[in-house]
Amino acid sequence: MANMKHETVIGLEVHAQLLTESKMFCSCPNKFGAPPNTNICPVCTGQPGSLPVTNKKAVELAIKTALALNCRIEPSSVFARKHYFYPDLPKDYQISQYEQPLATGGWLEIEIDGQVKKIGITRVHLEEDAGKLVHVGAARIMGAEESLVDFNRTGTPLMEIVSEPDLRSPREAAAYTETLANLLRYLGVCDAKMEEGSLRCDANLSLRPAGETKFGTKTEVKNMNSFRAIEKALAAEEKRHAEVLAEGGQVVQETRFFDDVTETTSGMRGKEFAHDYRYFPEPDLVPLEPPAKWTEEIKNGIGELPRTVIARYMKEYELSREWADFLVYHELTGCLEGALKIYKTKPFNYARWLIVELPSFIAELNKEAAEKSNINKAKSELPHPWVIEDAAEKAAEDNYKKNIEVSGKSLPKLNLTPAKLAEIEKLIDGGTLSYKIAKTVLFAAIKTGKELAAIIAQQGLTQISDEGELLKVAREVVKNNPRQAEQYKGGKEAVMMFFVGQMMKATKGRANPELAAKMLKQALS
Amino acid sequence: MTAHELAARLAGRKLSSAELTRSFFERIKKLEERVKAFVTLDETGALAQAAEADRRLKSKEHVTPLTGIPIAVKDNMCTKGLRTTCSSKILTDYHPPYDATVVARLKAAGAVIIGKTNLDEFAMGSSTENSAFQITHNPWNLAAVPGGSSGGSAAAVAAGEAVIALGSDTGGSIRQPAAFCGVVGLKPTYGRVSRYGLVAFASSLDQIGPITRDVTDCALLLNLLAGHDPLDTTSVEAPVPDYRRVLAGGIKKLKVGLISDLMGNGIDREVKAAVKKAADLFARLGAEVIEVSLPTLEYAVATYYLIAPAEASSNLARYDGVKFGYRNKEAKDLISMYYSTRREGFGAEVKRRIMLGTYALSAGYYDAYYLKALKVRTLIKRDFDRAFDRCDALLSPAAPTVAFKTGEKTDDPLSMYLSDIATIPVNLAGLPALSLPCGFSRGLPIGLQIIGRAFDEETILRAAFTYEQNTEWHKAQANV
Repeated sequence: MANMKHETVIGLEVHAQLLTESKMFCSCPNKFGAPPNTNICPVCTGQPGSLPVTNKKAVELAIKTALALNCRIEPSSVFARKHYFYPDLPKDYQISQYEQPLATGGWLEIEIDGQVKKIGITRVHLEEDAGKLVHVGAARIMGAEESLVDFNRTGTPLMEIVSEPDLRSPREAAAYTETLANLLRYLGVCDAKMEEGSLRCDANLSLRPAGETKFGTKTEVKNMNSFRAIEKALAAEEKRHAEVLAEGGQVVQETRFFDDVTETTSGMRGKEFAHDYRYFPEPDLVPLEPPAKWTEEIKNGIGELPRTVIARYMKEYELSREWADFLVYHELTGCLEGALKIYKTKPFNYARWLIVELPSFIAELNKEAAEKSNINKAKSELPHPWVIEDAAEKAAEDNYKKNIEVSGKSLPKLNLTPAKLAEIEKLIDGGTLSYKIAKTVLFAAIKTGKELAAIIAQQGLTQISDEGELLKVAREVVKNNPRQAEQYKGGKEAVMMFFVGQMMKATKGRANPELAAKMLKQALS
Repeated sequence: MTAHELAARLAGRKLSSAELTRSFFERIKKLEERVKAFVTLDETGALAQAAEADRRLKSKEHVTPLTGIPIAVKDNMCTKGLRTTCSSKILTDYHPPYDATVVARLKAAGAVIIGKTNLDEFAMGSSTENSAFQITHNPWNLAAVPGGSSGGSAAAVAAGEAVIALGSDTGGSIRQPAAFCGVVGLKPTYGRVSRYGLVAFASSLDQIGPITRDVTDCALLLNLLAGHDPLDTTSVEAPVPDYRRVLAGGIKKLKVGLISDLMGNGIDREVKAAVKKAADLFARLGAEVIEVSLPTLEYAVATYYLIAPAEASSNLARYDGVKFGYRNKEAKDLISMYYSTRREGFGAEVKRRIMLGTYALSAGYYDAYYLKALKVRTLIKRDFDRAFDRCDALLSPAAPTVAFKTGEKTDDPLSMYLSDIATIPVNLAGLPALSLPCGFSRGLPIGLQIIGRAFDEETILRAAFTYEQNTEWHKAQANV
């Protein structure tokens, strides 16, 4: 590989759609999926005479992100107009920030093969999104018989996060984007779904001889719609650069389009799109001057950042890296901490509910929902709002991670209070419920919204710890399984597990497992 | 008659708004062929508004000084459902889906919008000859221009086709036509009046303001227009006084500076004489008149012709045939659609300014042109600041000459641009200024410009009112 001789240099520009109620410069709803051209107004369609008004919430979310990325919030930043003609851009300029961005000079730590690496953040700024074009007869506007434009997305608040050229491989680039996406989700500023376009990434890549400090000629790569695509696209582009250089050629500075199918990049723009954006300060908006007090309030609202929480969970709670990650990035830390405050037990016990049991319960509910013919109807009938959109698709998923990833923010919306979680652990520790029964009780409580005690009383689910009663059951089980009884007596002690299972079956899981084993031993002797 | 005189008659039920409105449409029918002040007339809408105004006047509910008063609106302010063309082919059939804030305020006050007045296309011009539809004529002399770009509004008021009117002023577009047509025109401080719904020419300079027959009407209309608008973040949340109440009180001890730089070469002799006489009257009325010099004013026109076209090139990008307005339907692809739509849709002056502005913002030229112009703009502001350290108001001619002949300057853009030499610096500094009649030359009115401190419209209105009360110029009527 040419990599032996060359060093790869990558810088990323990430665009994140902000989770605000309204658009960046008008009060239209910031919502995905409405019928075309319904969430529009004079401002976001660029009607003559309309003027932008900056969305305060968008500024707040961008400041929050910038602070989490260790950036300096500029006391005064300026919106600028970026000009280019395109039908999805109603004013034929985009309101963005140019010379004076909202925030500058931060960093993000990523982890590659257990090594932590600090990636510089050049700037964080705010801008507005463009609309969407639909072409008939061709993939792009050139050559299409007809092109239609939907302005619903126009004016969606976008935050651009520009990294320093600190990334040295496609893998690092993918890791950076994924870490950033997780952080944005954790902060609640963006749902960061690359496939849906709420998180978009452009990359600048160049190669230079190892040891060289000057940058080589870069190309910009666009259209990477997943973390995997980032890695693949940049690997392809890296290879292409290496080949050009190996043949003694020169890389042409240009924008290239990644094709997910062929896994190659190709030159994107014709000559007619060669741009001089003619930036100049947006005269319709006064400079953005966030009061220091406000910035301080936002800062205080951020709390511990993911990396800190994860490290603490691993060290203090003795959780695995995967589990700590999961809790943090699925906004489950609040539930865990809450439960621990109410009833102190091993954090692992609570984590297990949140990470292992509940996702499988969600999958179960999905399956139920899928079985109903009308998925939407099923959804509305389910008592809790955390069931996944397309239940039929999800029903087959038993891998919790996949399940959670697609469901997005479903788990945090789970109608499960820390108090319930604490109570169920208390009941297990006190011997009232077996783990298995506890699961049934908790799920029933979630599904019906009833109190745990009510479920237990109603279904008679308390654990059987009466030795006499258990001995009776044990004798019955031994009697019904003479062959296994012989094996046990012949020294095959592993068969005990089978008998305990039979005991549980006979008591519908209510037998105290330790006492059941003890009584079985008595019955078998 | 003025709005404040008519308001008294309307309130006394001696006259109904419907009668008044109908009489204006009759007059318009008689005169419009000669004046050509209006691009669009809305008799049906106006009569409906008049009927509503009469209901309010009768029940005495929500009656304002402008309830029932016929008003003309410059055709670069959006009126919901009523075509708004900017006198451009590219917006010939544009019907805005919303009202400009000033239009909404007029409607809420019960004013009767009779129509939309002609302007230089997109407000770019000083004679109202750059309209795609018609040339407006000066009611004082139909062979002369009414000034521009709010020439339609100024001519309509001067000809008695409207009681009052709205204009917009980017480099003098209210004051210069007011001067040419012998009426009162005020450009408020930048940020005093909402620009929401004013089709942008140069966003950092544009302001909407009143064009009226006298200073009292000017104050009344400004009362309605002024104030913060949440839809325009450049509008300022400064307290708004009742401008009508502050008119009286005189100008004793007022420190007035006559700008010597605007009383020299290039200014018509008779204009200078009239302005000098006005300054003398100010002194006789108790003001302390001194001469002041603002040396950077000589760079104002050059500065303006970089900043305004730069912003215009950006603001006018949206007229691309995609969403609204004219489109060349023959074009076979996107790029040729853009080219032909804009080539055919815009007039020569607009294209000239788009090219100037695009050039000034282009990579490699930005620092030398646009950025440098911004720096000079700051210097001009400082010059005004220094003048206002010594003065409460400044005086100058509103225009270097009286109205010139139609066609006289159309082939000489530079000479046309220079007719705004006295008004342009005020826009660059963001200050309030008004023009009012102060004499005649060859049968055409001369305009006196009074410039004030930022957000101090009060002082210039009081100075103008005091002057007006002691002169007869405003009583002269054009005989169309």
